[in-house]
Amino acid sequence: MGYTLNFAAVWRSFDLLLEGLALSLALAVGAILIGAVIGLVIAFCLISRNGFIKRPAGVYVTIIRNTPILVLVLFTYFALPQLGFRLGKIESFVFTLALYSGAYLAEVFRAGLLSIPGGLREAGLAIGLTEMQIRTSIIAPLMFRNVLPSLSSTIISLFKDTSLAAAIAVPELTFEARKINVETFRVIETWIVASCLYVFTCSILAALMRQVERRLSLPR
Amino acid sequence: MSNLLEIRDLHKSYGDVEVLKGVDCTMSQGDVISIIGSSGSGKTTMLRCINMLEEFQGGTISIDGQEIGYELVGGQRRRKSEKEIARQRALTGMAFQQFNLFPHMTAARNIMLGLMKVKKLNKEEARSIAEKWLDRVGLRSRADHFPGQLSGGQQQRVAIARAIAMNPKLMLFDEVTSALDPELVNEVLQVIKTLAQDGMSMLLVTHEMRFAYEVSNRVIFMNQGRIGEEGNPKEMFHKPKSERLAEFLKTSSFG
Ligand SMILES: Nc1ncnc2c1ncn2[C@@H]1O[C@H](COP(=O)(O)OP(=O)(O)OP(=O)(O)O)[C@@H](O)[C@H]1O
Ligand SMILES: [Mg+2]
Repeated sequence: MGYTLNFAAVWRSFDLLLEGLALSLALAVGAILIGAVIGLVIAFCLISRNGFIKRPAGVYVTIIRNTPILVLVLFTYFALPQLGFRLGKIESFVFTLALYSGAYLAEVFRAGLLSIPGGLREAGLAIGLTEMQIRTSIIAPLMFRNVLPSLSSTIISLFKDTSLAAAIAVPELTFEARKINVETFRVIETWIVASCLYVFTCSILAALMRQVERRLSLPR
Repeated sequence: MSNLLEIRDLHKSYGDVEVLKGVDCTMSQGDVISIIGSSGSGKTTMLRCINMLEEFQGGTISIDGQEIGYELVGGQRRRKSEKEIARQRALTGMAFQQFNLFPHMTAARNIMLGLMKVKKLNKEEARSIAEKWLDRVGLRSRADHFPGQLSGGQQQRVAIARAIAMNPKLMLFDEVTSALDPELVNEVLQVIKTLAQDGMSMLLVTHEMRFAYEVSNRVIFMNQGRIGEEGNPKEMFHKPKSERLAEFLKTSSFG
């Protein structure tokens, strides 16, 4: 095998990779923020005793979780415009990943909600709070603390899913790497560097989440 | 003068099982009433109906002349709006067996939450009321501690302060000492006693017979979803009229 590693060509395009990484992060942040709001609302619906609220939420989660995300990405970008719903590449991908995050985060949040003792809601009611005030001031903050460990792995997994945006030519990290690969023929080097960037970013995300966990942990 | 609390023919079922079978009770301003009775007789359920933590199917409950929870609309009994019920719940304060402090908030914050969200006070006003009540329950120095950093007795005192700070007309206590280690019971009972001496109207479910005897001006004995007997503590504890009550007192800690 006469392949000698030569990273020079990759380094010359390194700033393109970094730009791609920045876009990957932006896609993830946008999608996860929207997805967190969706997930929170859906999670409360999932634990509702009212079937008219609970069932549609369950259907949404089931459909999204049983469809490959690549199919969702392609569907939103190529099929929805046929139905008169046209979005740019980036918007289309963020929209898809947000819906997708929503379903996964809903499951994470639901588990967290179930572990909160019902007595806290009653204590809130007893001082005259409305159900909505109880959700926002008591239940959601406690649930959020409960789920931080599993939230961390979900967020990292969603960040990695941004690489699927390459399928619709969104210039994020994977797309840029493929472009450099094609232009320089340094196949191994390009993908080694791209992988390292993903690993590095995920480690940082994990460390950040651990910080948040530590910051929010309740003294006892 | 209208009664502070007026319960008329209260009926409550869980599914097919009727647990309150027609309870009547009136209470005046400043009354301290203990509710005693064996397990499952409906004591907790009665308190929970009074602040609408449970729905009830028949009868009426009025506090200060206001009918709680339901209204008649064109002859139909209808549950009031959630907003109205939330407002009515603030007429009563409730302390629970399990304290139910909000674990992510300090003692002061626990008290401030209702003052800010329900009474719409600003942060400074709420804080000063919280500190005043923490002081009253002997926990001024613990204002910035989280529930996890407090003993059970301290948590229960904060929970009582949280309820009282809302300035309710009537306090409901549901076995507030039964989750506590024996050595912590007294500090909580002492707080309740002080409140009673200050003229707070209260309805307390308790298994502490000596305390019920000392603190209340009336005792209600619940028996199988009905009021079995009621009267002043002296008569109730020393000269029970019914067989049931005599039996119950024999097996309880009073003696
Ligand atoms: N959520 C519920 N669903 C069904 N039945 C219930 C429920 N809560 C209470 N009950 C039943 O209602 C009856 C009265 O219960 P309640 O808790 O009011 O009794 P209690 O007098 O407070 O008893 P204890 O001294 O054990 O606290 C009991 O038979 C109980 O099993
Ligand atoms: Mg009880």
